[in-house]
Amino acid sequence: MKQRSFPRWQCLAVLVMLAWPSTAFALDIIPVTSPGGIRAWLVEDHRRPIITVMVRFPTGSVADPAGREGLVHLATGLFDEGAGDLASDAFRASLEEQSIALGFAARRESLTMSLMTLTETSDLAFKLAHLALSRPRFDPGPLERVRNQVIAGIRARRERPGTITWRTWWTSAFPGHPYSRPLRGTIDSLRRITRDDLLALAPDLLARDGVLVAAVGDITPDRLGSVLDDMLGDLAGSPVRVPVPEVAHARPGAVTVVDRDLAQSVIVFGHDGIGRDDPDWYAAVILFEVLAGGHGSRLRKELRETRGLTYSVSAGPVLFDHAALVTGRVSTGNSRAAETIAHIRAVWRDFAANGPTEQEVHDAKEYIKGSRALRLASSPGIARTLLGIQVAELGIDYLDRQPAMVDAVSMHDLRRVAARLFRERELAFVVVGRPSGVEATHHAPEGPPPG
Amino acid sequence: MLAVAVAVVLLAGSRSEADPLEIAGFRLDNGLEVVVISDHRAPVVTQMLWYRVGSADEEPGKSGLAHLVEHLMFRGVRTGEQVDASTLIKRIGGEENAFTSHDYTAYHQTVVSNRLDVIMQLEARRMAGLEVPAADLEIERKVVLEERFVRVANSDAARFREQVNAATWLAYPYRLPVIGWEHEIRALELDDVLEFHRRWYGPDNAVLVLAGDLTEARARELARRYYGAIPRRGIAPRSRVREPEQVVPRRLAMRSPQVGQPSWQRRYIAPGYATGLDDAHALEVLSVVLGGGTTGRLYRSLVVEQKLAVSAGCWYRGDALGPTTFGFYASPSPGVGLDVLEAAVEAEVNRLLAEGVTARERDTAVRRLRRSVILESDTVSGSARIIGAALVTGRSLEAIRSWPERVAAVTVDDIRRVAASVFRLERSVTGELRPSRP
Repeated sequence: MKQRSFPRWQCLAVLVMLAWPSTAFALDIIPVTSPGGIRAWLVEDHRRPIITVMVRFPTGSVADPAGREGLVHLATGLFDEGAGDLASDAFRASLEEQSIALGFAARRESLTMSLMTLTETSDLAFKLAHLALSRPRFDPGPLERVRNQVIAGIRARRERPGTITWRTWWTSAFPGHPYSRPLRGTIDSLRRITRDDLLALAPDLLARDGVLVAAVGDITPDRLGSVLDDMLGDLAGSPVRVPVPEVAHARPGAVTVVDRDLAQSVIVFGHDGIGRDDPDWYAAVILFEVLAGGHGSRLRKELRETRGLTYSVSAGPVLFDHAALVTGRVSTGNSRAAETIAHIRAVWRDFAANGPTEQEVHDAKEYIKGSRALRLASSPGIARTLLGIQVAELGIDYLDRQPAMVDAVSMHDLRRVAARLFRERELAFVVVGRPSGVEATHHAPEGPPPG
Repeated sequence: MLAVAVAVVLLAGSRSEADPLEIAGFRLDNGLEVVVISDHRAPVVTQMLWYRVGSADEEPGKSGLAHLVEHLMFRGVRTGEQVDASTLIKRIGGEENAFTSHDYTAYHQTVVSNRLDVIMQLEARRMAGLEVPAADLEIERKVVLEERFVRVANSDAARFREQVNAATWLAYPYRLPVIGWEHEIRALELDDVLEFHRRWYGPDNAVLVLAGDLTEARARELARRYYGAIPRRGIAPRSRVREPEQVVPRRLAMRSPQVGQPSWQRRYIAPGYATGLDDAHALEVLSVVLGGGTTGRLYRSLVVEQKLAVSAGCWYRGDALGPTTFGFYASPSPGVGLDVLEAAVEAEVNRLLAEGVTARERDTAVRRLRRSVILESDTVSGSARIIGAALVTGRSLEAIRSWPERVAAVTVDDIRRVAASVFRLERSVTGELRPSRP
């Protein structure tokens, strides 16, 4: 192999660069309270004629009544299919012909409306968003159409390897709990949903109390204030409160194999974790970065970079309001599944026993602090960040304080939390495929009823 | 270095008094083309280095080589440090990745703007030389095979797409999967990798796009400092085989236990920006009229009015060095056969051929396309991606700049003429994917 040499000064340049302090960047977040008392965070920026608004409601698919699984998800597909005096055709045409992006997305414990519009079409955009939130029609035509689309999506996905793996993971981790119910519902539950169910749900779900708002772009605080009152002012006061029991992983240590004729085994693994409000949270963030934060992380190094066992491996916290898990995913050729699982176990044991190295911790802290600005390079990215800070109640100055909070985590803390957080004997595995040498301790539980 | 070639404004004419997206272009003496997109809203900068080489430029029997080289570029760079390039980028809070397509290979990183030097230095080094130990090749080959399992082998829908794609082209190398056929990935050798890098990875075969919080002057200085010393390779423009005339429509059908919902697609061979600039603009407008969301003709007719389908639409991708495709897709409502669906799509195509589109449909589509440019400018790295891809698939900066005006100049007659030349059954492939029989 031909050797290529580089001038020495180039090597030096890298060292010099790394010694520089990272850019002090400031995101000027303006707290806005509308005349009607609705609060929002705004990053005002008139350099592009674009306005982005995200509104988060604090209830999601856990509000699905028993037997009506998928109701909230179905509703999110119908809010923008006709509202007020505008039937579906006219409503959709108003949005699309004016390039207004209005969308709704349900998670288990939240529902978020996202709106992105050019300034010149923003009056119409806010009016349409208001109608969708306060006066959705749920007309029979769009209801049947969207219901059929959701059912088709369930049919299309249900035998995909990833779908089978996650379905099995959630039903064995949280059996009988709302978190393991299918967010999109089942074919049967969707068929049972009526227009009255949707009409009754909407005001319970889209209420003013607990709402969080983030706005970015070409809008002043004054205008945002009046827009908020127009858009959200006539919503019901309080949303439905759904009691959700605290829950922990039901089968620590279980190995579940689901037989499918696949080239590659798809594997999900994990155990109970810690929540956002845990005093060890910042230590956990650093540990997850060392464990699975892309290049050079423990899992990636052991599985991909030195052994070529997989194309991708990931792991991290999965948080609910009433549960917290550490969950990872990997896929590998059937003949190498047992070896892959053994290496994951070894990484876990070593991490718990010895914790991260000084160098790993240094690199992880630098990455976490240095990459903050990268999430703020688009309007939706900024809006999501603002919402996330509000959800976790971190305070409007969180982005300024975060570097110090990360730096304050000591090696001693990290070793202690590593031992607390990573418990190899509790690791549960779900494997879908024809893995050789993997012994199942549990049979796969039944998935949702087929349609 | 050459003088400034162009300094253009993409968003001219926008009604608001927003700063325009400033784009400047210049070329280094060694042939490296540099494009600078200045946008100072966030203290972040993206570097994208685009090579004019992709999987369609591989030698016969070496499918997957371009992509394997892309993987090995993350292993074969000398940093002069104890650690590799990816670790250095992580330490400055940067993100990096790369992608390979039929026509190009691109490497990109995003960092806070005062660290741009670091990523430019590292990227320049792996342009200047690639060193891969044989053991690394074997590990990375396994990784790529696992990637193929994830993306293709484990998904019957993806395997079907790969077969339909292979049947779309009689000779043109777009018939080969970018990731490569499994047996050919297994046979690639270290010499193939090194030779591919030597042959294609030179400054005179690359476009450097720098986007975000930087000035043209700084870009010029850094580009010259890090890339300027790499010698020109004398790389000749790519030459590809020509697709022969297609005279027989093709049809593929597959059943699978993994498939729960049937789907139908048809692709017609169509010109792209490189093979028919004016036609490509007309096809962009047509694709919005036919397939623009829930108000496009196909969704309106098949899904909303006739209730034959749960989804229906079309796609068109003009950024291709060779010929490209205009495709239709649909998925049926319960109890509707794919033959009925196909007839309904054909009826829409025939109506288009007979009646064309209305002036109002054209006007709405043009307005949507022009506004999409402004909305896309919200993300700086998104603009870098669009402009880079266009430049390495045969468009000039001037053609990219004038895209909104060229789209606005498309007439209903243009659309009708292009539709008649593209939608010919003998130059199409139809795919039917169904669940296994119970």
